[in-house]
Amino acid sequence: MSFEWLHPLLIATALVLAVIGAVRRVNLWRAGKPDRINLIAGLMAMPGRYLHDLHDIVERDKYMSKTHAATGGGFVLSALLIILVHLLGIDNQILAWALLAALALMFVGALFVFKRRLNPPSRISKGPWMRLPKSLLAFAGAFFVLTLPAAGVLPEGSGGVLLTVILTVLIIWGMGELFFGMTWGGPMKHAFAGALHLAFHRRQERFGGGRSTGLKPVDLSLAKEIGGVLGVAKPTDFKWNQLLGFDACVQCGKCEAMCPAFAAGQPLNPKKLIQDMVVGLAGGTDANYAGSPYPGKEVGNAKGGPDHIITDGLIDPETLWSCTTCRACVEECPMMIEHVDAIVDMRRYLTMERGKTPNKGAEVLDNIIATDNPNGYAPASRTNWAADQNLPLMRDVKQAEVLFWVSDGAFDMRSQRILRAFVKLLKAASVDFAVLGDEELDSGDVARRLGDDATFQSLAKRNLEVLSQYKFSKIVTTDPHAYHCLRNEYSDFGSDALDGVEVLHHTTFLNQLVQLGRLKLNNFSGAKVTYHDPCYLGRYNGEYEAPRELLRSMGIEIAEMERSGFRSRCCGGGGGAPITDIPGERRIADMRMEDASSTGAELVAVGCQQCTAMLEGVVEPRPEVKDIAEILMDQLVDPSVENPRQDRLAEEVH
Amino acid sequence: MPSNLPEVIGMQPNQFNVDVANKLKVVSLVSVGKHPQSGRMRRADQDSRAVELGLKLTGDNHSGESLTVLHAGDPSEPSLRSYAGMGLKSVRVLQLDPAADAILPLGQHLQQCGADIVLTGVRAESGESSGMVPYQLAEKLGWPIVPRVADIVSVKGGVAEVLQALPRGQRRSVMVRLPFIASVDSAAPEARQSAFGPASRALMDIEVVSASVDDVRQAWEEAAARKRPKRLKVVKAKTAAERFKAATAKSQGDGGKVMKNESAAEQAQAIFDLLKEEGVLR
Repeated sequence: MSFEWLHPLLIATALVLAVIGAVRRVNLWRAGKPDRINLIAGLMAMPGRYLHDLHDIVERDKYMSKTHAATGGGFVLSALLIILVHLLGIDNQILAWALLAALALMFVGALFVFKRRLNPPSRISKGPWMRLPKSLLAFAGAFFVLTLPAAGVLPEGSGGVLLTVILTVLIIWGMGELFFGMTWGGPMKHAFAGALHLAFHRRQERFGGGRSTGLKPVDLSLAKEIGGVLGVAKPTDFKWNQLLGFDACVQCGKCEAMCPAFAAGQPLNPKKLIQDMVVGLAGGTDANYAGSPYPGKEVGNAKGGPDHIITDGLIDPETLWSCTTCRACVEECPMMIEHVDAIVDMRRYLTMERGKTPNKGAEVLDNIIATDNPNGYAPASRTNWAADQNLPLMRDVKQAEVLFWVSDGAFDMRSQRILRAFVKLLKAASVDFAVLGDEELDSGDVARRLGDDATFQSLAKRNLEVLSQYKFSKIVTTDPHAYHCLRNEYSDFGSDALDGVEVLHHTTFLNQLVQLGRLKLNNFSGAKVTYHDPCYLGRYNGEYEAPRELLRSMGIEIAEMERSGFRSRCCGGGGGAPITDIPGERRIADMRMEDASSTGAELVAVGCQQCTAMLEGVVEPRPEVKDIAEILMDQLVDPSVENPRQDRLAEEVH
Repeated sequence: MPSNLPEVIGMQPNQFNVDVANKLKVVSLVSVGKHPQSGRMRRADQDSRAVELGLKLTGDNHSGESLTVLHAGDPSEPSLRSYAGMGLKSVRVLQLDPAADAILPLGQHLQQCGADIVLTGVRAESGESSGMVPYQLAEKLGWPIVPRVADIVSVKGGVAEVLQALPRGQRRSVMVRLPFIASVDSAAPEARQSAFGPASRALMDIEVVSASVDDVRQAWEEAAARKRPKRLKVVKAKTAAERFKAATAKSQGDGGKVMKNESAAEQAQAIFDLLKEEGVLR
């Protein structure tokens, strides 16, 4: 081969340019707000997070996980060896052979990438991404040939000028994509940004299976500072590691395929949203975006920059309000991007700075502020539903084993049936419980998801104040949204009211009671039953098993829907979506009911009053909808019939 | 005084049009509201509609440059901030002793600031809630008052075209010369959302004023209102349409007559006679 000096020079140039690009890109991220992250610990943990947390998600698609392991692993290995062999010119046959093996691995992987791209599903982005497999093949192929002499397969200097020219072109192309493109914004950017995103993730606790949201309380004192903004108005108002996270997107569209709002034809596509964030942080337009648009909205009109207000030209507020915060996208994202937290961050600006919560949003927030419940009922009527239940009040008893958190279902006649069923079960199991009565307030879930963090914080602090007056070892609630707030979001307020308290969803608690034999159940003899996982119970809190075990304990064989467990489809009722009510082509609840109907089930078991309301809102004929507490109540072996003294016995045992 | 009575004109409102908008000075009077269910202090519903109308008149783009939102009372009352949350830079507060009568300082202030249009709610949600403030101010200033407006359609050449709200969605269009006072009905456009950021940021522009103590009110005792007993209405309707009518129809009111073609003198005489008959004039 001629021009021996040429290739090392090219490699060096590509690497230098890559480093310059990296510095440039890092500076784009650094324009964001500071966030406290232990950089060293993050970097140390990164390989583990890649091999464990990230790979677990990619592994759900076996084809892609193997392809990626071959291509990505092969590339990383080749890149290191190329530097040793070709740039530093270390003349070592073993190294050269290792490089050949790595390149071969990468080449085979790239062939599979190529194959997938032959007939790509609609969810994945085209455009520059269609070029990527060819670039990978060019890189691997060209370096393979270039390495043959070093491995002693070909004599030094073999091949003519033509071969050298071809190889040089391929190498420039390959390195342009893989070294230069990695930091200058090509498809390979995902490797660079993605690795750092894993290291400096906004929700570090996520990697130990920790349950949280990245929705840290807004610093409300910003409202009084000059130039202070509540929530995220411009891309630079995000934390720097959120910006980094957006840049990690591979545009695989797994989020898009799972998003209920996208499926319903509402103007939201999580993938496009993240790409618009990238447009925002880097500046420019979305003209180069080559994936599915927001339903009903054309691509190419969005413009943004780091200091432009996002909702003025980059993203339509309707897009942000379409989200049900179900986290299907977050669960599915192989790059572990946090779409939902970003959406709520931007909603905070719209609500707290602009006063632009759409449709019923403003009214609901006003009601919550004035009456501590979203429908504006008299606060003193919160316990009216239990007028005939003779419930012990915490105010009177001061302590109990279980605090039953009733939630705003208290005001809704359908939800009251769930509450009554649960009370009956508690009494049947002789649980020592009490309620807060009128001292309980809205949990703040809706206020927070609608972006009014001021109201969320006020409710949380007042609820914690009340809770701190009483003694209890467990809080049990039938509302997964309140459950999530109490369990995961109230801990930010420095109160010791919940220290050492176990927060449980009623299905978890009832399952414990059944396992302990404190609830005796008849076998369920009805028709086929399916179970709908509430998002805030499942994806937010990882409780998939207890409700299913409860159903099984009644002899029910669950006819699982195609989308169940962590892939459960939202009912459409989360995140204030029924309040902001952004129009689409279909209703999310209808789609979910179709999922249920297609199992042939005649009963949908649910663990959330919001899901119950949404699914029962679907026109008949459809399967019946019942909360698990209601199903259990119907199967309860009546202790007064079987053994009149069982109540007291149970108490003595307990 | 017949010359101050609003003149009734055609029912079709024109597009909104203010040709003196840059000079127009609107003052919205706001009080501390009270939520009917929780009794918690809040921005009063009608008063916030008065602010909304004021924002519309002065143009949203000028951030309410010529709109003054005025309160007489305690400047530290947090619910005042929820008016500011509608996007106001400041709220003007005449700081008063709670026992003082606000009419005199309010009147003085309005006169001094050269207000063209003063908007109030029909009645406050707390305190006396007598609905007398706009009338007493009008009397004090010698300005016309237009009660229960739903909208101000245009202001041209010192005359405003105002839509008054009548029962069952009816509107009456009246022309009134500036300056005037209008009380804003619940039929007026709903107030925009109050946002926490602007609410916290707004300036409380305080002026300490003194006023005589409202002696009459001192002697009163405040108690929660009780609903008066109401005779049950027996609906004998047979069809859904009849039931709907019975539920929605309001009596047109007996007596009264519409005088359109008579001369001004005849119309004035009819009003005069009516006022005498009702014992308003003696």
